[in-house]
Amino acid sequence: MSEKYTVSEVGFSSLVDAMVKTEMRVLGPREGAEGIEIAELKSAAEIAKEGQSIVSAKGTVFPKVERLVKYRYEGKNVALDDVQPNAVPTVLFGARPCEARAFHALDVVFNWDYKDIFFNTRLANTTVVAISCTQADDACFCTSVGSRPDDSAGSDILLSRLKSGGYVAEVLTDKGKALMALAKDALQPPPVSPDLVPAATVAPVFDAKALEQKLASKFDSPLWLEQSLRCLGCGACAYVCPTCVCFSIEDEADTRQGDRLRTWDSCGLRLFTSHASGHNPRDKQSQRWRQRVYHKFAYYPDRFKTIGCVGCGKCSRACPVDMNLKQHLTEAAR
Amino acid sequence: MEELRNKAKELLTAGTVKVVIGYGKGTGNARRPIFVRSADKVSELLFDAGCTQNLATYLTKAEVRAMGRVAIVAVPSTLRSILQLAAERQVREESVLALAVLDGTLKELLTFDAIEQTVATIPDAISATDQAMLDKLTAMSVSERRAFWAAELGRCVKCYACRSSCPMCYCERCTMDCNRPQWIPVASHALGNLEYHMVRAMHLAGRCVQCGTCGAACPVSIPVHLLTFFAEGTVRRQFGQKGGASTKLDYAMSTFKPDDKEEFIR
Repeated sequence: MSEKYTVSEVGFSSLVDAMVKTEMRVLGPREGAEGIEIAELKSAAEIAKEGQSIVSAKGTVFPKVERLVKYRYEGKNVALDDVQPNAVPTVLFGARPCEARAFHALDVVFNWDYKDIFFNTRLANTTVVAISCTQADDACFCTSVGSRPDDSAGSDILLSRLKSGGYVAEVLTDKGKALMALAKDALQPPPVSPDLVPAATVAPVFDAKALEQKLASKFDSPLWLEQSLRCLGCGACAYVCPTCVCFSIEDEADTRQGDRLRTWDSCGLRLFTSHASGHNPRDKQSQRWRQRVYHKFAYYPDRFKTIGCVGCGKCSRACPVDMNLKQHLTEAAR
Repeated sequence: MEELRNKAKELLTAGTVKVVIGYGKGTGNARRPIFVRSADKVSELLFDAGCTQNLATYLTKAEVRAMGRVAIVAVPSTLRSILQLAAERQVREESVLALAVLDGTLKELLTFDAIEQTVATIPDAISATDQAMLDKLTAMSVSERRAFWAAELGRCVKCYACRSSCPMCYCERCTMDCNRPQWIPVASHALGNLEYHMVRAMHLAGRCVQCGTCGAACPVSIPVHLLTFFAEGTVRRQFGQKGGASTKLDYAMSTFKPDDKEEFIR
């Protein structure tokens, strides 16, 4: 159903202005104290059109802390306040295609058996406008996990830059159409043969299918200890990752009332999968590192017919000891 | 660098150590920690201006302890961390030797005494940028300082990269992870973030060697090292004690002296 338009730079700005004027929350990448951050945008001028944000846009649909239930003791009874998702209509504008594609990896888990209304309501209320990447760095490997720098999967609208300025906008969904209706004047017919700024070059380095097959016989390989010796056991990789979906449930309570919270969790951390008995099936860092690789590249393809990684490289950039996922996977796929 | 590689080769060949923890080539121009376990791999060792991370954090890791005696490529802060870890009974003299690279010269330090004597000759130094930031923060009013840290810690995702990269954060079970009872909110909201970073700073007061590795580890560039630098600086001023100077535990926050100058505590 995709429709194509040309949007000039002026049209691009007026589209953002039109969105900001509505009740919608407009999030997007901009330069901040940490590097590129996903933050609330006020104008098109703020948007960082190249380069990867440090933390992903995952929080748009899966915030780092979210209240699920409020409870209080009333005599001998417990009264529950079922908290509703406070899902503000949101546009994620100017995100990289890998960020857009990543929502699917979250979706399959949040709708695996139980339908998670918090995630689903946020996702239903989010429109994604991605911009094709024309730059990549050493950490990027989207082409090795079945994607590419101008992938439209997961986007409602994909913008690709024209050499002459402006964009070709590919409107892919009804949500995208509705958004474009905000700035009809900004839309012109597409050029017959659009002269696009070439998409970034990301050379494939491993074959994901071959990796999955190799993993089947590498569970007990010394490779995982070797690769994870320098791993410090923090959660940086998981918390910047757009597809890491593991969460923890924490109660914050006193003797009268409490909140049940869902928070991000990470397989890097020592307490990950620690049982109430004290036993932890993954009590060594190497086992937790192996879990990270297997979860994304073996269990995901097996259960969900998709890879739990979009090759954005955020984990590699964020790691304090330079655990480079692309290198580690290339090694594992051999 | 050749000297370092030759020394590493000699130690591994003779079986004096089982592993040399040092720096190697990382992504692009980055340097990363590497673990050299055989003599034929010593060429992977590097040392240049990019090698600043304090590797002493690996000395208390179970995987590393299990290997046997360790040689560790050390910058001044690594040496200080070894002394503080020794003072806190976390490393044994016979389990570690330091390959210190000081002003481009390699020094093999086999004993804690040797490390202590070497450290005594190296002046404490906080970088000019960090000192300027500390001065700026100290000059702020309480409300300005609160606003500064609220904004900085607002980016914290509680990945604990600061805790994990710190040689002095070796606790098997951190108070932050306790949930029965939950002492500190685990969630990464404003209160949870603030309490975590305050507790971390207090826990490092008098123990911090001011390496700055925690701040460098933060994926969202929060200058968390300034908190521990400040706490450490306060202990140095008030008690004349400092982390990483000696293998004798002299820890202001947990030692009691009958001749304390303050009356209230006597």
